[in-house]
Amino acid sequence: MKIGKEESRCTGCRTCQLVCALHHFGENNPKKAAIGIKGEFPSPGRYRISLCTQCEKCIDACPEGAIAKADGIIRIDPEKCTYCLVCVDSCPFGAIFTHRDFKVPFICDVCGECVEICPTKALFWKT
Amino acid sequence: MIPGYGSKVLRINLSENKVTTEHTPEDLIKNYLGARGFIIHTLYKELKQGIDPLGPDAKFIMATGPLSGMFLPSSGKFQSGGKSPLTGGYGEANCGGHMPAELKMAGYDMIIIEGQSSKPCYIVVDDDDVRLEDAGALWTKGSLTTEKLLKEQLGEDFQIATIGPAGEKLVKIACISHDFGRQAGRTGLGAILGSKKVKAICVRGSKSIPVHDVNGLIKVARRMYEKCFTNPAFELWQNYGTGSVTVWANRIGAFPTRNFRSGYFELFTNLSGVNMRKQVVVINKACFACAMCCGKYSHTQKGDYDAYVEGPEYETTAMIGGNCALGDIRDVAYANYLCDEYGIDTISGGSIIAFAIECFERGIITEKDTGGIKLKFGDPQSVFALIRKIALKEDIGNLLAEGSKKAAQELNRGAMKFAMQVKGLEQSGYESRRAPAMLLSYMTSDIGAHHRPSWAVTHDLATGRDTPVGKAAKVIELQHTRPLFDTLGVCRLPWIEMGVPVSDYAEAFRMITGIDYTEDDLYHISERIWNLTRMFWVREVPGFGREYDLPPARVWEDRIPDGPTKGGIFEREKVEAMLDEYYELRGWTKDGIPTEEKLRELGLGWVLEG
Repeated sequence: MKIGKEESRCTGCRTCQLVCALHHFGENNPKKAAIGIKGEFPSPGRYRISLCTQCEKCIDACPEGAIAKADGIIRIDPEKCTYCLVCVDSCPFGAIFTHRDFKVPFICDVCGECVEICPTKALFWKT
Repeated sequence: MIPGYGSKVLRINLSENKVTTEHTPEDLIKNYLGARGFIIHTLYKELKQGIDPLGPDAKFIMATGPLSGMFLPSSGKFQSGGKSPLTGGYGEANCGGHMPAELKMAGYDMIIIEGQSSKPCYIVVDDDDVRLEDAGALWTKGSLTTEKLLKEQLGEDFQIATIGPAGEKLVKIACISHDFGRQAGRTGLGAILGSKKVKAICVRGSKSIPVHDVNGLIKVARRMYEKCFTNPAFELWQNYGTGSVTVWANRIGAFPTRNFRSGYFELFTNLSGVNMRKQVVVINKACFACAMCCGKYSHTQKGDYDAYVEGPEYETTAMIGGNCALGDIRDVAYANYLCDEYGIDTISGGSIIAFAIECFERGIITEKDTGGIKLKFGDPQSVFALIRKIALKEDIGNLLAEGSKKAAQELNRGAMKFAMQVKGLEQSGYESRRAPAMLLSYMTSDIGAHHRPSWAVTHDLATGRDTPVGKAAKVIELQHTRPLFDTLGVCRLPWIEMGVPVSDYAEAFRMITGIDYTEDDLYHISERIWNLTRMFWVREVPGFGREYDLPPARVWEDRIPDGPTKGGIFEREKVEAMLDEYYELRGWTKDGIPTEEKLRELGLGWVLEG
């Protein structure tokens, strides 16, 4: 299963980011979310959602071999990661995130918390 | 340190070019909770009596609450405050968006801006890094344009509040804009920033907001969201936002029309939420953590205009649509855009324009005053032109920029009757001659005639539209409940429209802060704050009292000419009777002044000691 997105339904409320950070880090901080929301205003007036599509480009790009896919989910091995951020640059969707509190980037693990809370169904399960 | 707070107060003195931080005092938190409470306490304690709201001694405050920026429905509200340049009394405006979450993540509960800058500047708060930047290149630019330019320069992830040309020119109905279409609209606070030469406040924060009991918060927040998701009206709110009020307000004859002459606008179906969605809406737009997404982002095109604007919301549709008799939602949306870009409050703006048109019809204002424009109800060009003239203080706009009360005093010749205001603040979008509790709400609101502290139209429909009996108690109950949301830093709509009970907010407050307050404790603090804002008026406005709680004479002199409330009027004796009951229940004197006993009961004895 993958998480799908419909940007025209996104209202920019960032509730997805709040639950993401609460679920993974136990913190009230949308800046620690593995999903990105960016507004394009005043024109054309829309939100862009940055979300991992499991495309595996980061796996190929990582010079340390620190990124691998297991059970269909991409994960970064913190032991091998050197925080070089090549993966962040390699991601075509801008869906690998960093925060100054962490020395390892973070990627969506498809837990689905964001899908459950999204008030407008801009995020959904895609089979 | 108490969880749930940014924990610091950021103080910026522009005259001395000095930035300092203080810990948010624990007793301030425990006695005044946040946002609105922080603002009035700071203003009362720190402002010297009688200062000029636009002078160097004035202060501007932006404050968040303990629930702002937290995981619970619609936690994206913040308050701005100061001594109002428009009314001379307590000035406060509520605004939604993403600013308060950002401010708390940067570590601040409140920003206090003091003194005056010698040249245009903007403030950048990037976590612990706070700096003043030169705003020379931004000065004279519109609010929305300024936000766009600053986002391009600083980064999209900054949250930005701006003023437009009206704020720079000290127009007394100038607002503050944020998030491309949300406004701290009321009481002219944009002019305070203009007087300090602050063009914008830009904030970015990265810190987690501490929570006392994370699992407890998640549990109550999920329950609150679930109440929204399962409410039968949820989809209606998502689709039409406040726009769905327009049809209802006309059906009950409460839609301000032609300067509040009537409560019914014959072209109202053109302005309905459904029609608006069809004609102009592009997407739904939400404030932080909000499921209801009442923001409707629109693209309006007709003739020689083409603009993007958030809205119009109900209040703008009422005050510029009905009240100026514009029957095309595209025109209302464009007028909304002009107000936003120039930086004026659409409620006061719509009211003052309608006032000017009525004065023109009656010969109190002539073409000599308007630069040759014939002002007419229903004429979009009259409205567009007056917005510009007010914002830039041209021709009659220079006088209208002072607000309808001062303009009426100056014009004289019976104009005061047509200035639809209380305490100098223009009345918002409900015609109230046959809605007495709503009328009393406007009369006694602590910033002037605004619906935020008490909105009671449904109570009037349920308990009688012509009787003053029993209205005061309801209004007081609402005045302690609704402003509580403005104190906690959240939106009241999930409560009033989705049925999320106040007890859930109290529980969320306990989970976030660890402070063991009951719902009743919160109401008690709300009453304390209400009485303190009243004492600010008493202190700042010479001769303040009962007379300042009276509505415009139209209420008891002019019968409603048409629509469902045709013939309606609310007699002067009934107005006075409601006030008598209100003062008595509040523990105030017959002149509307809190008694010593009441103040001491609320822990405000320090006010008496001066």
